[in-house]
Amino acid sequence: MNFDFPDDMKTLRDEAQKFLADRCPRSVPRRILESDEPYDKALWQEMAGLGWVGASVPEEYGGVGLGHLAVCVLAEELGRALAPVPYASTVYGAIEALLVAGSEEQKQRFLPSLASGERIGTLALAERPGTQDFSAPQMRIASDGRLTGTKLAVPDGDSADIAIVAASDPSRGATLAIVDLTGPGIRRETVKTFDPTRSHANLHFESAAAEPLGQGRGDSVIRRVIDRAAIMMAFEQLGGAEAALYMARDYALERYAFGRPIGSFQAIKHKLADIYAAVEIARSNTYYGAWALSTNAAELPIAAAVARISASDAGWVASKENVQTHGGMGYTWEGDAHLFYRRAKLLGLTLGSSREWKQRLVRELKTSNASAAPAAG
Amino acid sequence: MDFSDSPEEAAYRAKARAFLEANAERRKTGEVAGYRRGQDEPGALEAAKAFQKKKFEAGFAGITWPKEWSGQGGTPIEQVIYNQEEAQFRVVTDFFTLGLGMCVPTICTWGTQEQRDRFAVPALKGDEVWCQWFSEPAGGSDLAALRTRAERDGDDWVINGQKIWTSGAHYSDFGVLVARSDFSAPKHKGLTYFYLSTKTPGIDIQPIRQISGSRHFNQVFFNDVRIPDSQRLGPVGEGWKVAITTLMNERFTISDSIGPDVDELITLARSVYTENGLAIDDPAVAERIAEFYVRTQGVRFTKFRSMTELSRGQTPGPQSSITKLIAAPKLQDVTSYGLDLLGMAGPVSEAEMPLKGIFEEALLYSPAMRIAGGTDEILRNIIAERVLGLPSDVRLDKDVPFTEVPTSGKRG
Repeated sequence: MNFDFPDDMKTLRDEAQKFLADRCPRSVPRRILESDEPYDKALWQEMAGLGWVGASVPEEYGGVGLGHLAVCVLAEELGRALAPVPYASTVYGAIEALLVAGSEEQKQRFLPSLASGERIGTLALAERPGTQDFSAPQMRIASDGRLTGTKLAVPDGDSADIAIVAASDPSRGATLAIVDLTGPGIRRETVKTFDPTRSHANLHFESAAAEPLGQGRGDSVIRRVIDRAAIMMAFEQLGGAEAALYMARDYALERYAFGRPIGSFQAIKHKLADIYAAVEIARSNTYYGAWALSTNAAELPIAAAVARISASDAGWVASKENVQTHGGMGYTWEGDAHLFYRRAKLLGLTLGSSREWKQRLVRELKTSNASAAPAAG
Repeated sequence: MDFSDSPEEAAYRAKARAFLEANAERRKTGEVAGYRRGQDEPGALEAAKAFQKKKFEAGFAGITWPKEWSGQGGTPIEQVIYNQEEAQFRVVTDFFTLGLGMCVPTICTWGTQEQRDRFAVPALKGDEVWCQWFSEPAGGSDLAALRTRAERDGDDWVINGQKIWTSGAHYSDFGVLVARSDFSAPKHKGLTYFYLSTKTPGIDIQPIRQISGSRHFNQVFFNDVRIPDSQRLGPVGEGWKVAITTLMNERFTISDSIGPDVDELITLARSVYTENGLAIDDPAVAERIAEFYVRTQGVRFTKFRSMTELSRGQTPGPQSSITKLIAAPKLQDVTSYGLDLLGMAGPVSEAEMPLKGIFEEALLYSPAMRIAGGTDEILRNIIAERVLGLPSDVRLDKDVPFTEVPTSGKRG
């Protein structure tokens, strides 16, 4: 039994924690919250320089080839630091889609500039409020290969250079397509969201040039990309959940009421103990996801759903109860508790809500007769 | 990352499996262990003792105990591996859980080599069964509130008082006991630890019927029970410290994986209908199954993390403290939801019910899992204080003589 990250990954974690403590204190996401900057460009470039953006990209495509475990480790730390950078969109989204579905030529052409952080990528999936239908996207690819339609709430959609979109092709049905967002026929509309530390835009395509990404049934490719992205995202959610838990713990130690630290009241202690348990459940389940991701296990769809659901749950409960533990201070703009609260709910929606993932999990369980996890030994 | 055993672990697992295949009956696919199920059947104790003897002879009793305790000198990971294998077989081992998990390790830790030699082997072989006289009407979670009196009389101690919730006292040969030897000292300071035969004159054991109808635990009255000072473990007044030795073991001892779980719920949902058709196809059912599944897997992988640490010779990290707190309430909730799916037919506890009535059975034993071995509330306090570093509650019972501590009968 070796259900843990290897030592070199732990070293990477330590380095990432040091770097982000220095370069991304909470004043950084707050600055993005309060300004029109879509993200922290200097931080993004430094991260790229450290090889973080190209961590999952093999060296032959301009990456550093650290592998997916490295992305998981970095994602957790970025979540803990609330880093306002387009890492999720570029790395779990666009880069992963290219790694999963790109042709050799597409990988050669797109991955180097994404891995270096020079270009930003994103996944454009949402077309309507509610559950998306990946088997029949509304967005159309015409016979000339051009794309028409609208994608909603695209993460980093106002700064991305490349989007991977779900669309319907007249001959192949659902498919993924790559779009150069700097070309003609694209209108971006920055939208207000409840978490401005991650900017979002609606993307309107009017006969925009696009190229198909991936062979085979489009919706299964889309699902595969989302599953893999969800595992990496779960680590980011986990990092945020743990940070919110310890922020609440620290406040409960320092805040006195009725003549004693509020952390000595069982109402607070038991709540924080339950959050600790939720965070550890999420940690164990995301580790399982990391295992599935790094070994391309057949159980990956189930592992992704399990990681996603428990990380969304931990993020939500930790962030809302962090606000609650802070009382009135938790509800002030000047306090930082709301930064985690916004981010946790945002990340819990980006790749689909827990409600949707629960349905998907049971659909997968129904079709897999095998036990969903390896037995020990 | 990988889930496989090291070569040494795989060899140990193969050895354990071979022993079990030769000496026990493998559970059928889908057969779920119930809490203390089968323990009431005639001959169960004798059968359990016979199997325990074989375990001892094959070197699977006292796996982690040092050689000086007549143990195997093995590693915690070997114990975990053996337990994983044994869980797949239809064997009753509950009779020995307290003795081997808590009582005799305390004897061996605090007693003399003569005492180890006297008690370790009979316990390991299953010849002698142990119980634990800790909880009292006045002290369960607040164990140190106990009031059973131990008075020194020459070379003896005289015990008077009442213990309660003593699992297995009625079939045990010996018990360990914590009693108050000094009522004027603060509550944690006036305790002393002993062991004694259940046949000692003055001991009156009365079974207590549980909500399940079984009688696994007892109330036990001590009326002028006289024992020699040689049956004291640890110094006079240090009984709390001695008791803590065994309580630490208890967390590892209490199993948290019995009873119906998600697999059983899925099996049930494939066979019953809701207003939306087959239950497994009902989105509302799917949502609940998913929530249970995520917790079940979370507990399982949390144990894998702890196993990884054990496998490296490390002590399991603080994550190991959450598994019972998640698993015990989940058992009760899974049970309730399984019964909800059965609907109007749910109350029937007969073998012809789907899954042979395991949900009906678990309804009445699942509350025990949230109480035994530390209540949910005590576990939350432990996590809050020892893991998160939060302060203990303000206490009215510290640093004052025990006689001045407010109690139900004498409010402060």
